[in-house]
Amino acid sequence: MENVYLTIVLAPLIGAILAGLFPRQLGRSGAHWVAILGVGTSFVLSLVVFKHIVIDGAPAFNGPVYTWMVSEGVNMQIGFLVDKLTTLMIMVVSFVSLMVHIYTIGYMADDEENWPKTSLAGRHSYQRFFAYIALFTFSMLMLVMSNNFLQLFFGWEAVGLVSYLLIGFWSTRPTAIFANLKAFLVNRVGDFGFLLGIAAILMVFGTLDYAEVFALAPSKASETIEIFDGTPWWAMSVICILLFIGAMGKSAQVPLHVWLPDSMEGPTPISALIHAATMVTAGIFMVARMSPLFELSETALSFVMVIGAITALFMGFLGLVQNDIKRVVAYSTLSQLGYMTVALGASAYAAGIFHLMTHAFFKALLFLAAGSVIIAMHHDQDMRNMGGLRKYMPITWITALIGSLALIGTPFFSGFYSKDTIIEAVRHSHLAGSGFAYVAVLLGVFVTALYSFRMYFMVFHGKPRMDEHTRSHLRESPWVVTVPLILLAIPSVFSGYLIDPVVFGNYFEGVIPVLPRHDVLAEIAAHYHGPVSFVVHALAGPAVYLAAAGVAVAWYVYMVNPGIADQAAKRFAPVYKLLTNKYYADDFNQKVFAGGARGTGWTLWKLGDVLLIDGLLVNGSARLVGWVSSVVRRIQTGYLYTYAFGMIIGLLLLLSWFLWLSPAG
Amino acid sequence: MTEMPILSFVIWLPIVGGLLVLADSQRENSNPRPLALAFAMVTFLVSLLLYSGFDTTTAEMQFQEKGSWISAFNVYYHLGVDGISVPLIILTTFTTVLVVLAGWEVIKNKPAQYLAAFLIMEGLMNGVFAALDAVLFYVFWEGMLIPMFLIIGIWGGPQRVYATIKFFLYTFLGSVFMLVALIYMYTQSGSFAILDFHVLKLGLTEQILIFLAFLLAFAVKVPMWPVHTWLPDAHVEAPTGGSVVLAAIMLKIGGYGFLRFSLPITPDASSHLDWLIILMSLVAVVYIGFVALVQQDMKKLIAYSSIAHMGFVTLGFFLVFTLMENNGSTAGAQMGIEGGMVQMVSHGFISAALFLCVGVLYDRMHSRQIADYGGVVNTMPVFGGLMVFFAMANSGLPGTSGFVGEFLVVLASFKANVWFAFLAATTLILGAAYSLWLVKRVVFGDIGNHNVAKLQDINNRELVILGSLAFVVLLFGIWPAPLVEVMQASIENLVAHVAISKL
Repeated sequence: MENVYLTIVLAPLIGAILAGLFPRQLGRSGAHWVAILGVGTSFVLSLVVFKHIVIDGAPAFNGPVYTWMVSEGVNMQIGFLVDKLTTLMIMVVSFVSLMVHIYTIGYMADDEENWPKTSLAGRHSYQRFFAYIALFTFSMLMLVMSNNFLQLFFGWEAVGLVSYLLIGFWSTRPTAIFANLKAFLVNRVGDFGFLLGIAAILMVFGTLDYAEVFALAPSKASETIEIFDGTPWWAMSVICILLFIGAMGKSAQVPLHVWLPDSMEGPTPISALIHAATMVTAGIFMVARMSPLFELSETALSFVMVIGAITALFMGFLGLVQNDIKRVVAYSTLSQLGYMTVALGASAYAAGIFHLMTHAFFKALLFLAAGSVIIAMHHDQDMRNMGGLRKYMPITWITALIGSLALIGTPFFSGFYSKDTIIEAVRHSHLAGSGFAYVAVLLGVFVTALYSFRMYFMVFHGKPRMDEHTRSHLRESPWVVTVPLILLAIPSVFSGYLIDPVVFGNYFEGVIPVLPRHDVLAEIAAHYHGPVSFVVHALAGPAVYLAAAGVAVAWYVYMVNPGIADQAAKRFAPVYKLLTNKYYADDFNQKVFAGGARGTGWTLWKLGDVLLIDGLLVNGSARLVGWVSSVVRRIQTGYLYTYAFGMIIGLLLLLSWFLWLSPAG
Repeated sequence: MTEMPILSFVIWLPIVGGLLVLADSQRENSNPRPLALAFAMVTFLVSLLLYSGFDTTTAEMQFQEKGSWISAFNVYYHLGVDGISVPLIILTTFTTVLVVLAGWEVIKNKPAQYLAAFLIMEGLMNGVFAALDAVLFYVFWEGMLIPMFLIIGIWGGPQRVYATIKFFLYTFLGSVFMLVALIYMYTQSGSFAILDFHVLKLGLTEQILIFLAFLLAFAVKVPMWPVHTWLPDAHVEAPTGGSVVLAAIMLKIGGYGFLRFSLPITPDASSHLDWLIILMSLVAVVYIGFVALVQQDMKKLIAYSSIAHMGFVTLGFFLVFTLMENNGSTAGAQMGIEGGMVQMVSHGFISAALFLCVGVLYDRMHSRQIADYGGVVNTMPVFGGLMVFFAMANSGLPGTSGFVGEFLVVLASFKANVWFAFLAATTLILGAAYSLWLVKRVVFGDIGNHNVAKLQDINNRELVILGSLAFVVLLFGIWPAPLVEVMQASIENLVAHVAISKL
């Protein structure tokens, strides 16, 4: 099986290299074929792995590929750990990625038009795009298949690199190259914590290998690190919080969320890839993978839960006031990532991963549907110019409806099962902050339904608001676009039924260890009697009604009485302003961090380097030498009597020293 | 094979080559370039024998050559290399090939003298890394300044006189104290052999004075904050090849000095004053990182980024004492020094590549100002891709060699003190900020002005230069083991030596 694992990661890499280095020789179709073949191979082989590991019940694989280097006995390797968690991740990643690849053929078909005529970078941009998304898939696969922290960090940063390239893909647009720099730097802030976390792990455990670290973890539970003199901190809390800071960057948790909405500057297929299958799920995956460590620190778990809850609720609010169709979906991603994070914090790792999976399907679907709408609208993304599109694009309409229903947690759709499990898990959690988190995730349900159906009604229902020219050209997208939509709609509905094995079954047994006192899923499982009864049980709780209320409000405000939204915006102007300005997080970062860093740099340069070191010390000492020599020069008069006088004075001084001052005398 | 004096070859072959190039230029219609390239290539190939024939299991000096030179003072022509010097010699010979290629069409003014200067400098620098006799070392050390002085002074920019004088005085000031220290140790030991100095018993006061003398010499070379201000000026005025050699190799000689002289000769003084080095290193990483951010001249920006990256080198080298103090063992020290060494080699590649990138642009536009560029990728897509790659390597992206050293040093410094690691790791953010902001303003965006619109993409010669650098950056990022294995035994030995007090 080693060769299968190796092929899974290498196939997309080879596709990427070929498409990237030989765009001219391969041509457009050659490039998309090598990329799709690569990712397709990964997907097919991931099914083989699924059969091998899950159905045939083979033991997890854990082995090295090659030794990166050895330093002081620390073996730093590239290697794979393939267990059930990895299997699930590679299936989701390669499937969604494959759909995105196929979809890209349609979406990027006319990419030349997005570049200025004079730009040579626009030449072969189609091929380059395929190279990037295949590379993206490779990076993500390396990340989830890693068996050690080194390779995890490799994948972690590689994902950041490719997202940088993709967000800034249209590099002639100022907004795109602003957004990609921002995304990379914000992610680097997370990576800063992550790297320190890895360093802490090496210090405490002396190894970077997962299996060894996990095996040692219980024995290190009471170890401490002294960060400030005299106050020992639990090593495990320090490690987990540092690692989680990394996850906050990648999975866009408050306050490191700011890069994600801007990442919409990239072409839509990569939005789907970043938001659904790769990158943002990296943080969630990582925490689930590290459950043996996080379980040992309730401080870290509480921290994770509170951050997740804040993200889930407050990012949802922002979705309410966006008019750009992609940004609405982006904020919904932020909010849903918050849900996953809350689940991790509540020790319901399986629920978090389960939501990651269902979300991957319906979020990719929603993004690609939004892209389909954008194609039809000639790259106008403003929902105020849309409306009534269901008549023109039936497949996009139906699939988008399915995606939205799944997102808001409609019973029997996939999102219902995953999200309701999370809400239940938080209700059962006893950790500090779980009360707040419970309120936040419940309110979040209402908000999610409201913004989702606000978007749905604004885009597909009501009167068409676009101009006549656009309207006359409206038509359904080509099959390369609609087929992925349909293929994604299917799991968006049905993947929820996997709740049986994945969350309440023994799928993650021994893969994601949970301490018995944290095991909220086990508590819920006691009352669980199959997917249908789960729905019945949920009807006794508030979540379903909150979702229905959200839809109802959206319907009333945007279909029945459209003026009410504007009135509300006027009535609650300060709140509205706060939301449209995204809580001023961007302005704050721009002023304090970006401006502050430039100011600091400028001050240190001009004051430290130019004035103090160069001006005072270097050139100052040069001037001093010049001054001294100019003084000394006056003595060198060239007249004999001056020198004779000097000699006599010197002789007198020496003599007097000998006579009176020398110790001998 | 072992009988062949490889080290003498890598020192004298380029020097002879340089003289031949000079002599040949007297002929009419002579073209010095192929000859210079041939000598650089052969030297590079010969230096590879040092790698292939190197015994990685021992810390002993290898490929030794010893002949009497000035017998009255016990001065020997004594050469030899260990795992610390071999990578640096190969880095030197490799870089020189690229520098010769880089000046191919660009240098029109006295090309023979230009190429000869680089070849002679190559030999002298190899001599610095291979010398095991202090006098021989000092001769090479000072001698190497002369060609560099000429390169900046003759082929440099408008402010070249100020820059050369500053460069020369700074480095000269540092090295005279080193000479005094070397002579003092000769009076104590009766020998000029560096390895004898390693085992020479010295009192604490003596050690501290010697340490400070060395510090002055090496800190200026590295350069460490606050004696770094000559570097941006020298880089800005130097021609591309000069900047490349300066950044890729000359700075490494300072780092090499710490490993070959300061640590083993004065371990107790190092232990007493390690806080000073660590402080200067961390200031370099953070302070200089911020300063690099606001530079408007591309070369200055890369020069400052060099200083910040070299901060990792000195930080990694001097972690050993904090580790011993806090954990009671040297565990982690080897990783720190290995990290510093890898960082030196990697920075050699990456800074060379970045200076060559600036050179490519400068040759076309005759400007180094960031503001004069914008959207270069639209007219130079291949170049743009390479520059983004090197900028990423400069910000320590895993998979590039730039990551390896920083990673090891951060891991080791966390063990020594969490705050060291915390401050050092800020480079993850700062390094990315200044590297990628540079890329954003120069490479990306729409075509900035009509000069950019007229740019031609890199030619095959430039592609070979940058491509081979990209190859090694990637190679050692994906598989640093071959690089680290060479130095391991020597560094292990060094750590063991340093851990034992001389008092």
